Amino acid sequence: MRARSVSIFYDLLIAPFIEFEFMRRALVGACALALAGSPLGVFLLLRRMSLTGDAMAHAILPGAAVGYLIAGLSLPAMTIGGLAAGLSVALLSGLVARFTALREDASLAGFYLMSLALGVTILSLRGSSVDLLHVLFGNVLALDEDTLLFLAGVSTFTLLALAVGYRALAMETLDPGFLSSVSKAGGPAQVLFLSLVVLNLVAGFHALGTLLAVGIMILPAASARLWSPDITRMTLIAAVIGLVSSAAGLLLSYHFNLPPGPLIVLTAGGWHVVSMIFGLSGGYLRRLPPRRHLEA
Amino acid sequence: MSAALRIHDLTLAYDRHPVVHHLSGEIEQGALLAVCGPNGGGKSTLLKGIVGALQPIGGKVERLACDARAIAYLPQAADVDRSFPIDVFDMVAMGHWRSIGWFGGLSKTQRARVFDAIASVGLTGFEDRPIGTLSGGQMQRVLFARLLLQDAPIILLDEPFNAIDQRTVSELLELVARWRSEKRTVIVVLHDLDLVRRVFPQTLLLAREKIAWGPTSEVLRPENLLSARRMVEAFDREAHECERAA
Repeated sequence: MRARSVSIFYDLLIAPFIEFEFMRRALVGACALALAGSPLGVFLLLRRMSLTGDAMAHAILPGAAVGYLIAGLSLPAMTIGGLAAGLSVALLSGLVARFTALREDASLAGFYLMSLALGVTILSLRGSSVDLLHVLFGNVLALDEDTLLFLAGVSTFTLLALAVGYRALAMETLDPGFLSSVSKAGGPAQVLFLSLVVLNLVAGFHALGTLLAVGIMILPAASARLWSPDITRMTLIAAVIGLVSSAAGLLLSYHFNLPPGPLIVLTAGGWHVVSMIFGLSGGYLRRLPPRRHLEA
Repeated sequence: MSAALRIHDLTLAYDRHPVVHHLSGEIEQGALLAVCGPNGGGKSTLLKGIVGALQPIGGKVERLACDARAIAYLPQAADVDRSFPIDVFDMVAMGHWRSIGWFGGLSKTQRARVFDAIASVGLTGFEDRPIGTLSGGQMQRVLFARLLLQDAPIILLDEPFNAIDQRTVSELLELVARWRSEKRTVIVVLHDLDLVRRVFPQTLLLAREKIAWGPTSEVLRPENLLSARRMVEAFDREAHECERAA
């Protein structure tokens, strides 16, 4: 009996990864994205920029499309194109917000919509709808050696860079007026942060596609906020949710023969729903009136 | 006494409409100066000009006591994101930014100074509280504690006592008195003229133009207050270019 339950456990959770190399690669790639994505997601959330992540993900498209137009499904071409497009949209919308009457949200919305339309147009110049699907939804089951190294490299670099910029970024989020009155760190911290977001979205779109790459960033962070108000714990919880969702999403996709990218994000979404109801720090059940109040 | 700040024919403007118009004067080291005047009279704008957050459209501010980033500045509505997950200790500790920078740690003495600053604003025991749980007055005390750590030769406060109870005001005023005894230059924008008369030896009455600047009892005379009240608040859309000589 016991041996049988162990073997069911093995078949369900372990075997797919042992038996198939593409599953192992997918797991490593998704975990790399989730690890770097969790602190970025936490900061996007704290800066009330959850939707900015989404907009940036769209903004990457024309760059990746130009890369694709020139070199086909090539990792360096699409990466460089995506980075260039993402960073220029981030930069341009920052400049427009600074030098015109438009606020950051309106200028970013303007640029990402233009960017998205341009991207779809460029993609239609060449290639089939299969290619479009690859860019929009990625293919985590077809990660080659180079892509995997790229994902791991981006993840490592992101965590190191965040460790360096953490305090300035936190201050810039918490009290930008104060930071700018005592130092010039605010601008560089903001640029560093946005660049890391773009870099991770570009890395993410190889695995999950432009549209879902932002999911593995935001969903775990938003869920983590419902479990702890502490920024360190929030980041750790987000990382755990991201990692578990990656593994669980891949397994579900394997067993039910469904596309892996959406299932990873859906699993993270499942955690999010659970967190919204049961979260210890601001979940719905916690918000119900308590029975007794304290003395002081 | 040497000057901490020298203001030369300073004009600060939004969209070319002057808010502070041809202001000149000198603020001595160790001065305790109140800036009074009607709404829209340029008080907050003047502080922004002094701290360098707003570039002058004409004239200049000479900062003799320290460079702009060493000035401690508490804006009127500090844009602190109160929902940010940080506790009182860490918030106050950021007053050490200029010595610890991007990733320096706090030394033992620096930690002790954080606790001291929290104690001097009467918030001992609040160190671990998230800032989101503080009341308005408590938050203002936290910001004062952070100012204490900045150890600045020039301190600018923009209406620091708005919506704050009497007890807190008098406790915070003790800190102001302490800064004065430490020969720091303190400039405070205030509406409460009684408070200004009681505590501040020097006053600048500002209504876009300088109405009067000097000892408080002379500045806050009825005729000065009356002419300050006459300031036209609205911009004149048809205004001609100012041709006053620099």
